[in-house]
Amino acid sequence: MNLTLFLLFPLFTAVAILIAQNSKQIRTIALGGSLLQLGMAVKLLLAYYKERAAGNTSQMLFEYIQNWFTPLGLQYHIGVDGISIAMILLTSFIVVAGILVSWNMETLSKEFFFLLVLLSLGAYGFFISLDIFTMFFFLEVAVIPKFLLIGIWGSGKKEYSAMKLALMLMGGSALIMVGIFGIYFNSHTSNGAHTFDILLLSKMNIPIEIQKLFFPFAFLGFGIFTAIFPFHTWVPDGHASAPTAASMFLAGISMKLGGYGCLRVATFLMPDAAHAYSWVIILLATIAIIYGAFATMMQTDLKYINAYSSVSHCGFVLLGIGMLTHTSITGAVMQMVSHGLMTALFFAAIGMIYSRTHTRMVAQLGGLLKIMPFISTVFVIAGLSSLGLPGFSGFVSEMTIFMGSWQNPDKMYRLATILACASIVVTAVYILRAAGKTIMGPITNQSYEKLSDASWNEKFAAVVLISGILIVGIAPFWLINLIEPGTEIIINKLGAVISH
Amino acid sequence: MLNEYLQVLKFEWMLIAIIFILLFIKVGSKEWKNETLLYSINFLLLANLIVGFFYNLPGSLFNGMFHSNDLIFLQKSILNLGVYLISLIAYPWLKEHKHLLEFYILLLSTLLGMFFMISSGNLLIFYLGLELSTIPLAALANFDLEKRKSSEAAMKMIISSAFSSALMLFGISLLYGVTGSLFFNEIALLIHGGPMEIFIFILILGGFSFKMSVVPFHLWTADVYEGAPVAVTAYLSVISKSAILFIFMTVMFTVFRNLEPQWYFMIFLMSVLTILIGNLFAIRQDNMKRFLAFSSIAQVGFILIGLSGVSKMGMASVIYFLLIYLFSNIAAFGVISIVSASTGKENVSDFKGFYKTNPFLSWVMAIALFSLAGVPPTAGFFGKFFLIMAGAERGNYVWITFAALNMIISFYYYLRVVKTMFMDENENPIQKILVPALPKLAMMICLLGIICTGFLSWIYETIYNLCNF
Repeated sequence: MNLTLFLLFPLFTAVAILIAQNSKQIRTIALGGSLLQLGMAVKLLLAYYKERAAGNTSQMLFEYIQNWFTPLGLQYHIGVDGISIAMILLTSFIVVAGILVSWNMETLSKEFFFLLVLLSLGAYGFFISLDIFTMFFFLEVAVIPKFLLIGIWGSGKKEYSAMKLALMLMGGSALIMVGIFGIYFNSHTSNGAHTFDILLLSKMNIPIEIQKLFFPFAFLGFGIFTAIFPFHTWVPDGHASAPTAASMFLAGISMKLGGYGCLRVATFLMPDAAHAYSWVIILLATIAIIYGAFATMMQTDLKYINAYSSVSHCGFVLLGIGMLTHTSITGAVMQMVSHGLMTALFFAAIGMIYSRTHTRMVAQLGGLLKIMPFISTVFVIAGLSSLGLPGFSGFVSEMTIFMGSWQNPDKMYRLATILACASIVVTAVYILRAAGKTIMGPITNQSYEKLSDASWNEKFAAVVLISGILIVGIAPFWLINLIEPGTEIIINKLGAVISH
Repeated sequence: MLNEYLQVLKFEWMLIAIIFILLFIKVGSKEWKNETLLYSINFLLLANLIVGFFYNLPGSLFNGMFHSNDLIFLQKSILNLGVYLISLIAYPWLKEHKHLLEFYILLLSTLLGMFFMISSGNLLIFYLGLELSTIPLAALANFDLEKRKSSEAAMKMIISSAFSSALMLFGISLLYGVTGSLFFNEIALLIHGGPMEIFIFILILGGFSFKMSVVPFHLWTADVYEGAPVAVTAYLSVISKSAILFIFMTVMFTVFRNLEPQWYFMIFLMSVLTILIGNLFAIRQDNMKRFLAFSSIAQVGFILIGLSGVSKMGMASVIYFLLIYLFSNIAAFGVISIVSASTGKENVSDFKGFYKTNPFLSWVMAIALFSLAGVPPTAGFFGKFFLIMAGAERGNYVWITFAALNMIISFYYYLRVVKTMFMDENENPIQKILVPALPKLAMMICLLGIICTGFLSWIYETIYNLCNF
């Protein structure tokens, strides 16, 4: 399986969009391209199972190395393990859904779909990279599309939000850059050169004082992408102002880049420092979880509700990473997948409602279940998954994180776990309140009665995402079996640190 | 022997030939149409650029006062390319201009000066080249003959460059007094870091800083950039700066190599100030040219980081960055030049809603600004990354962190312009502008450069292998 195809397909799709004639052609090409990528992702999964079944136990599969900027020792080094495959699958699900949801985009549709595809290209490239430089490159590739998508097609105070998001993410990149320079210049390969190669770096032992110096840069930098407290403020504004598809991409894919980077670069390469600083990570994550949940209670705009709840849910990812046990890290990866799917579904449902009623204010909505039963059901499913109802993906992933966290016997960590668990009650309150007010009850505005239910593309998008949520929710062992070999290697490296 | 004079000095002969052709046309009785003239001159410049890649012979002449090697040939070709691109983007402005031939004669004279300067192995010929490259530039800055601002720019430029030349000349004369030699490689051996030598170094550094517009010697930059015609501004900010940086690198790495512990700290301090002040002032500018002036000040601060690496990697990253900077800055100035020539508007606020009427120009501008900001997939990302990487090799992470955080500020003001073009509403935006063929060609080359210079790693590798550190 040639992984470079994951870059070439979006690239060709983007070029084809540029030369397409009208908006109908453009969206057909975009959808075709994204479906093809979904097919490729599934094929990659099958190929992965086949290799593993054949007894291939190497850490990364389908590796390919090409020297790039040889004097500096940079490489185009790609390869996947279970964690990356889970992320690639997540990305391709959300890309399909996002393109379907924005099917009727007429203003500047060429630019819109081009930027969406470019954003997905950045995500794919990030997840297949095994070289920190290319990883960083793809991480930043996604920043400009986000800025333009929010600024041009957004709503509300879109310029402000776009600028805030771009600058804060750029700040994250700046910190990451310092962190990876620190890793690079303290790495020594056999021939005395430096390297950015993750696999090589993971075999070296970077001195602990160096790790302690640069871990905060790398972790915080990636953390900003995944809304670490107190650098989460771009999330609510950015998500709320973005057009529906961009919100889905942002919350579903983009925030996962940060979590993946925290795990793969910061924690994996600098395990000593991860141990030393784990209490800070847990502290910040717990604050994010509690604060995010309570902040959500105060929101009146549906998009803000979902955005703040994203802060809370991404806090679980960081909590899982910070706890540094096998189960909790597996749970963190599961939570990334699960949160990506359900938050994208939530944004899709909100977008569908907004495009009909032209309001997202909870107070102005009501009785939508009578008018648009399909959309309302989707909304409820997204909500229930978000509050962790068994059967949906949210339950299994959060449960795994809590189990993993409890394995850590330290009293402070136990307290953090209890607090994080307690936040689920708050989640239930705001989700049920929002759903009850908008979906149930009397119809608040008579003009809503004429509104239509979901069109075919919206139904398709919702079905794609819901099927993902249900697969993870009902058969979590598939996902666990997929990601566990990957997390095991990370945990073994961490374990080596504890013992010495 | 003759052959050697021909080949080692080939770049210079080519320019002299073109200058003479233009002179003959000027004194000749035949009246040429501006457009024909422009097309033929651009053709000559293209030929000059292409010939630059062939029949190069490394060597040294006049007892080592003038020397050339493959790296220097490459640097000269980069300058040639820049001049060609600037000549293309200046087309709409020069088409209407009465003194087009003089413009090119002066322009190419300064380029000739720069070539001598880059190739110099001796302080005399260095100073000669430096003056040849600055004095005609002041005349060029005055080339918008009806505009008072243009004259003001020329005046500021001539006074400030005279001052900086005086500083530099004072340094050079003291240096001769101390070491008794004017040759770079001889002086390098005789300098050991005494107080007098540091004083001399500061004088010469001050002279260079003026030309590179490094803080605290940057004050002339914004006014001159604003007043001068767009093409000249582009020339000043790209060609002139690159040439000075090329020779500055040689001087720092050869002549003052033994003073490296001392100058590292000075460069550190100046770079931090330059980045900070360039960035902070760029935020509030409304005139596009002033804005790019301050942004280019900040860029020099970043270049100093790469230079401080004092390694092959540092040298390569500076040259590589300058190549990318050339493409990006000329693309940005190209858009400004076209808009300014057809509407006379040069303010950021005039560009509101520009995307609705001129999508192509907006994309060119946006991509150029992204490249200047150092965002992938543009080449600027690679350029800046390698610069900072070269600096990081020394382990001065305070500097690196400072630079990285300042990239956020610079990102803000570049995005502000993009936001103005793409997102702001405007009742009467700039009308649709028909871009003439030549500027369009220049922009396509620039876009190609901005995209490809990054991905094609052999460009960097070639530069790296040529660097004879």
